[in-house]
Order: sequence, then structure tokens, then C-alpha cells
Amino acid sequence: MAEFFIQTCGFPGWLGYLVAGLIQCVILIHVPLVGAMFFVWVERKVSARIQDRLGPTRCGGKFGWLQLLADGIKLLNKEDLRPGAADGMLFRVAPYVSFCASFAAMIALPFSDGWVVQRMDAGVFFIMAVLGIEVFGVILAGYASASKWSLFGAMREAAQVVSYEVPMGMCVVVPVLIAGSMDLVTIANKQAGLFTNWYLFHDPFTFIIFWVYFTCGTASVNRAPFDLAEAESELVAGFHTEYSGFRWLIFYMAEYGSMFIVAGLASILFFGGWNGPIPIADWLGLHYAPGATDFSIWGFAGNLLGCLNFMFKSIVGVTVMIWVRWTLPRLRIDQVMTTCLKYCTPLAAICFLLATLWTLSGIPFINDIAPRPFEATVAVPQAEAPAPPAVASLSQPGQER
Amino acid sequence: MDPINWHSFFFLLFGALTAVFAVAVVVTSNIVRMAFYLILSLGATAGLFFLAGADFVGAMQLMIYVGGTLVLLIFGVMLTAQGPFISMKTGGGEWVLATILGGALLGLLVKTAFSVEDWQGPAAVAHVEGEAEHPVVLPSQSPTSAPIGLGLLGVRTDKLDPTKAALAPGMAGYLLPFEIVSVHLLVVLVGAAYLARTKKRREA
Repeated sequence: MAEFFIQTCGFPGWLGYLVAGLIQCVILIHVPLVGAMFFVWVERKVSARIQDRLGPTRCGGKFGWLQLLADGIKLLNKEDLRPGAADGMLFRVAPYVSFCASFAAMIALPFSDGWVVQRMDAGVFFIMAVLGIEVFGVILAGYASASKWSLFGAMREAAQVVSYEVPMGMCVVVPVLIAGSMDLVTIANKQAGLFTNWYLFHDPFTFIIFWVYFTCGTASVNRAPFDLAEAESELVAGFHTEYSGFRWLIFYMAEYGSMFIVAGLASILFFGGWNGPIPIADWLGLHYAPGATDFSIWGFAGNLLGCLNFMFKSIVGVTVMIWVRWTLPRLRIDQVMTTCLKYCTPLAAICFLLATLWTLSGIPFINDIAPRPFEATVAVPQAEAPAPPAVASLSQPGQER
Repeated sequence: MDPINWHSFFFLLFGALTAVFAVAVVVTSNIVRMAFYLILSLGATAGLFFLAGADFVGAMQLMIYVGGTLVLLIFGVMLTAQGPFISMKTGGGEWVLATILGGALLGLLVKTAFSVEDWQGPAAVAHVEGEAEHPVVLPSQSPTSAPIGLGLLGVRTDKLDPTKAALAPGMAGYLLPFEIVSVHLLVVLVGAAYLARTKKRREA
């Protein structure tokens, strides 16, 4: 984008990069902010329906869709309380730590083929590492509040997140292993075509591992039934007991932001990201030619369609998390630990080994056996140097195997 | 030319953040704040890695050091704390001693850093014929993490010279310090496990 501003619009170099960076930041920050508004509204409606209520109905027309704006204005007007015994600096800074971690992880999250702020070779790893920092804000909040409820909540969260990162990491490694890349764009593009190409249906073990991943993801973003850090029935409100107003809202944005990231990661790793169940965009010719760098309206339309597809999958993922929250009761702390150490970790480890063996011994995948009406084209990232002839498009790999 | 070089700007920014928060770790007396500054300092270091294009090393830095500090904070501080907000006072003698030690190390590092010849001149740039305006980065400076990783494994890609014994492949890298550090960590782990071991006396 910076090249566009510099070469086409004639901006000086520094300004071009600045404007390009700002535009990306502004677009990206709307994902957690508008996302949080939308998901809180979804959560209220879904929870209401599950409990046989209507949820918000009046504010903003038919479905109460302005409810969250009203809530936001209310929270902005609330007094920003701080306990007298609290550690002031850490207390103030803690929500921002959580939010920054959740926001920074989105830098590496691709929304469509090539629509990513910073494409990284180790994108999966980056997201996992940055998401892990989010818990630090929670711990700081719990500690700095100088309240026993908060501290208990923070300690539980710490123990929980530290434990659940292990099986989650193991689950994430499996699609990385099958794709042979840690670049999220590459991983998703390898699943192009029919839904049989999704890694979810790659072999039975990836199917199991997705559910383990989703469980661990739910736990690592601290959602019910793993929301022990908040646990209203025992800890008042857990780590954010002492928070009010806008700082409390920032914690919530961070939580919904990371829910979206976990669901988006699931959709890229297991559900093909922007590659839909049926490759409609490819049938219509709405895609960039392999190796093409010039802007084309059809390619843009295809990417836009892919972005919508990815958003839809991620929103479904978040909705499932909401559904689970309002269906299952909260676990006890020892049950949380048991779930992680006795079930998730061994299951993830066994499936990891078996999926590796499956790939190693060359057992045909389901999508190799199934008829393939569409051949996947994988766009290999082009180097700056003179582009090699487009060898990138894979042609007929299916027939001989 | 550009009045602002964003690469240099962010390098200086992250470098300054690393240094400032590292000093803050030393100066603060509250342990949890100390851990907070430490994490910021380590995070800024990760930013330097990302700026160098070493994504994997940067993510590793975040995961291991920031995550490690987190665990240190939880189990080292919170579970052993006696009061709500621990504050550690540093005596005058300790300040003097620490300043001498730190200053000596700083002097050594600065001298070493400025003695590397490659870093003194302008960056080595190769020119492809016909494309004189577009400087091409040399392979030894290619912005990936591969040279760093190879360096840790014993191959300095920028310093390969098979004719000299000291610079032959396998000899020029940082393998020995790397191994020494890992053995040191192993010893620390064994010691920690020994110290934390439960002493079974209750049954007797």
C-alpha cells in the first residue's frame, strides 16, 4: 500500500509509509472495537434465546442493535474508580496490556488471501506468543487491585492459561505440519477448493484435534465453562472486581478480540479460512492469477468474498463459544486442571503423533480419494526479484495418486 | 531523500524503550512493577527482532522470555509474598557496587560493539547491472532469521572462510557459548528442582 501512495499519488516516502500504516491501523482497530460491540449484542440475544427470553428489543429499532452503543455511553459516563490501597500505576495500565496483546495478535491474522497487515513466516507462532501476553494484563489487574477476590481470580487465570497453552500449542502444530508452513496465508491457501480439502477432514486425527483446539482456545481466552477468573458466584467478579467504567470495557474488548482471534485461527487452520466449502469465487473466475501483482477488480471481488467467508466462519466460531457458555455450567478449578492435564494434553499428544504417522506413511487423505472437480491453485509468494514463470499453479496432482 | 527513515526511527524507539525500561527494572523497589518493566523491556527487544525481519526469533522472545517472566512473577513473587505490596530497599553500598559492575560490563560491550568493522562503514550494497538505482541486499544481510539460527548452530554465514581453521564451517559460530548457556540452564533447573523438592517427613 505504501508503494501506491509513493508512486501513484506522489507522496514523499516517509509520508507514504505513515499514511499506509495509519490506514491499516485504523481499519484493524475496528475489528476488536466493532467486533466487541457486535459480539456483546450477539451474546445478549443468544443467551436470551437460550433462556427463553427476548433480550434487548427496544434500543435502536427492531432487534435492540443499538443496545451496545447505549451501554458504551453509559460506561463512558461512569466514574473511574480506583481502590485506595491499589497500586495506581499497574491498576491503570493493566487493561491496556490486555487490549494491546489482543490487538497486536491481529497484525498477523489474514482476513483474505494476502489481506494481512504484516505477513509473517511464523504467523501462527506470533499469534500464539502475543495472545499469551493477554493473561499478563489480567494478572496485573488482579494483583494491583489489592483485593482478595481479584488476586484469587488472577491466580486461577494464571494457572489455567499456563496449563492450557501446552495442549493448544500441540494442536496448532498439526495443521502447520501438514501444510509445511507457519505462514497463515499459505496454510489457508493449501486448503483451497472443495470443503474436503479442509484440514478438518484431512484425517480422523485432525478432526479430533480441532475439538481439542477449540476447548483449549475457549479456556485460554477465559470463557465459560472455563471462566474461573471471573466466577461471579464465588469471586464477585474475579480479576475485574474493582474495575468500573471504561477500563472495565477495555477488558471486555480484549476478551472479545481474543475470542475472535481464536475462532479466526481455527477457521484458517482447520476450515480453510477464506476458501469456502464450495469454490464459487474460483468458478466465477474471481481470483488473482498466480503471481499477479497488479490490481484487478475481479481479484479484489474474489478477495472481498473470501474476507466475508472468513468473517462468517469466525463469527460462527465465536457464536459457538457463546452457545457453550450459556449451556454448560462452570467447572471447578480442579476440574479445569483435570480437563487440561488428563484429557486435553494426552489427547492432543496422541493425535499429534498419529497425524504425523498418517502423513509420514502416505495414507491417502480423504480429499485425495474423493473426486476433485476443482484443482487447487496455490499462490507462492513472489520475491522482489524478476518473477519466475508461474510454476505456482499445481496442475493435475490428483489423477496419478 | 526522506526526512524520516521509519526503519531507523523504530529501531531507535525500540532501542530506547528497551534501555529505559531496563533501567526502570533496576530503579524500582516494588517487585511486581519490576516484573512489569522487565516484560516491557523484553517485549521491546522482541520489537527489535521483528524490525530486523527475524519474526521467529521475535515470537520466540515473546513466548519464552515474556511467558517465563510471567511464571516467575506468579510463582516466585505471589506465592512467596508475605505482605500485599513488597518493597525492596537497596542500600548505598549495593548501588556503588552495582554501578561499578554494570559500568564495567557496559564499557566492555560498547568497546566490543564498536570494534566490529562491518558496522562502522555504510552498509555493503551490491548493484545489479542495469538496475543501478535499486540496491540489492547481499545474501549475508538478507533479512531472515536463517543467519542468526545458523550462527547459533556454528555456521556464521557472513564469515565463512574454509581456508582458515578458525573460520571454517562449524568453527566460526556461537555454538560453544550456546552450549555453555544451555548446560548452565540445566544446572539451574536441577538446582531448582532440588530446592523445591518436597521433603517427605510427615509419614515418619
